[in-house]
Amino acid sequence: MDYKNTLTTCTYCGCGCNFFLESLDGRLTGTIPCKTGPVNEGKLCIKGWNAHEFVQSDERLKKPLLRKDGELVEVSWDEALDFTATRLKEIQKTNGPDAIGFCASAKVTNEENYIMQKFARAGVGTNSVDHCARL
Amino acid sequence: MAGLAASFGSGAMTNSLVDLEGSDTIFIIGSNTATSHPLVATRILRARENGAKILVADPRKNQIADLSHLYVRHRPGTDVALLNGMMKVILDERLEDTDFIKKKTEAYDAFKNLIEKVDLDAVSKICGVSVEDIKTLALTYAREGSSAIVYCMGITQHTNGVSNVKSLANLAMLTGNLGKPGTGVNPLRGQNNVQGACDMGSLPDVYTGYQSVTLGAANKKFADAWGVPELPTKVGLTIPELMSGIEKDEVKALWVMGENPVVSDPDANHVIKALEKIDLLIVQDIFLSATAKLADVVLPGVSFAEKDGTFVNTERRVMRVRKAIEPVGESHQDWKIIQDISNLFGYQMNYDSPEAIFKEIAELTPSYAGITYERLEGQGIQWPCPSLAHPGTPILHTDGNFARGKGMFHAIDYKPPAEVIDEEYPFWMTTGRVYAHYHTGTMTRRSKSLNFEVSQGFIEINPADAKTFDVKDGHRIKINSRRGEIETRVKITKRVEKGVVFMPFHFEEMNVNKLTNPAYDPIAKIPELKVCAVKLEKV
Repeated sequence: MDYKNTLTTCTYCGCGCNFFLESLDGRLTGTIPCKTGPVNEGKLCIKGWNAHEFVQSDERLKKPLLRKDGELVEVSWDEALDFTATRLKEIQKTNGPDAIGFCASAKVTNEENYIMQKFARAGVGTNSVDHCARL
Repeated sequence: MAGLAASFGSGAMTNSLVDLEGSDTIFIIGSNTATSHPLVATRILRARENGAKILVADPRKNQIADLSHLYVRHRPGTDVALLNGMMKVILDERLEDTDFIKKKTEAYDAFKNLIEKVDLDAVSKICGVSVEDIKTLALTYAREGSSAIVYCMGITQHTNGVSNVKSLANLAMLTGNLGKPGTGVNPLRGQNNVQGACDMGSLPDVYTGYQSVTLGAANKKFADAWGVPELPTKVGLTIPELMSGIEKDEVKALWVMGENPVVSDPDANHVIKALEKIDLLIVQDIFLSATAKLADVVLPGVSFAEKDGTFVNTERRVMRVRKAIEPVGESHQDWKIIQDISNLFGYQMNYDSPEAIFKEIAELTPSYAGITYERLEGQGIQWPCPSLAHPGTPILHTDGNFARGKGMFHAIDYKPPAEVIDEEYPFWMTTGRVYAHYHTGTMTRRSKSLNFEVSQGFIEINPADAKTFDVKDGHRIKINSRRGEIETRVKITKRVEKGVVFMPFHFEEMNVNKLTNPAYDPIAKIPELKVCAVKLEKV
């Protein structure tokens, strides 16, 4: 049996509570609030206590999907990535860089936001990158 | 954040969460703190135990209002009127901090001229709050000691959201409640990494650390660092502008990462139409969200439990996220998906880890220059942190030294919301969250324990209105606005007053954003999700 505790930061609101994700043999089993977390000091709200539950939902997407004949069907990563890059390139060439918009995210990490806006600006050549800070 | 940036030069929470515990007075407006930010509410309750006075202004009597010393129920969209009324009282009673105003601020006279003309009786009529309560609010906030303002989307999600925020900044400057422990203007960020997404330049007008894309020096610095001859200098489109760009055939492709605009954005029918029309919709997500269902290609990313990286909380604290388990199924790291597509597209990226990306961020961002993964072990670091030896910055604008030099007063008149009630649509509708759910519900509704707590959407209506429509708890009711129609269950409560209804927006099958008004603030482009006019009909 491989039991682990991994210190991390909650994914829900902007408080930034710290907890340990408990895992057993590679599957999440619970959360334990971190006593030295500067915001939560060992406490969590109901969302925090259950923050591990949605992760292993049966509804998680497990493979890329591509629309074929109107339906989304599972495809390989190579096919999905090739399709995406090719279509983006075509639209950039035909309609210009500002015909492409990017909706980054208040849910993902800084690093992921950073490389998305870098790709938008340096790769595609548009500043049309936004996220739902306003919502 | 545009409002705070215009007033102080920096669009972020001015103080720290722990700081609230030492406040003598906390004024909460447009924040359902106990529900949406429970661990901030803890600090406020501790402050209360320490003797602080708690003031709450909100159209809906939320839980934190139950615990306040004074609660006022102002009408939706009348925040500026209420705040101007408070400031009029402060001037009348000569409670302004003249020394602070003289030394640390500018443009005071125009502001003062406007406030002096405010008529308290007129304000009372607009807001539905008694003159006596406005006076008590003002005198309590302006009394000796430290006073903090706490606000959330109840202030910003209006067509005059920037004016609302500037008015709060005016109130804090007028009384010198800035740059010291227990004071400040403190927006609570609704999502775990809104602050970080803004800091990282996921905005159409700035690179990381709010360096403007129109500024020659920043433009050249980033072009050099990113190895391209030039970068676009034209400000890009915001999400509402992208949606109208799709309608006008100017925007042909949209890449949506980890967001669900079909449920979170106002006037959902309109958003769905745009996303059905677009040539290429790329959605990167962990679930087949309502938005992903419309996509041409869906790229499965990973949840917070499967990745390394950093989030920034509402008090500007950069904190580590650590990978606990391997990616579910064949999902890929989100940074890797973007890097792979970029390389296939023809722009080379060769990062080997999130930490490598973070190092580049620190090199290009002065406020992050001193932050490394190693230094984030423990409590994290609050930016600005300009060097490796710098401890970080718990309180902004200390000793009244604002990021923009002097604090800027703005003379702001009250303007009504974009849509007001009339004979056809006689109810004010406002929206928000419930304690067990989060945003569009894609995560919390898939959590067994949380879904058990609140499994269905509802509409809160006042007992008097319930009587008029002859409905009881659990009955179905139809709600119409100028944009759409939905049906939901009735929940009778005095939290809302007669003539006002409230709905949470977590439930896509009874999506309140089919009703909400997409009219947005001209500067911040925030839609007016908190106010629209509706009619009710018993089913």
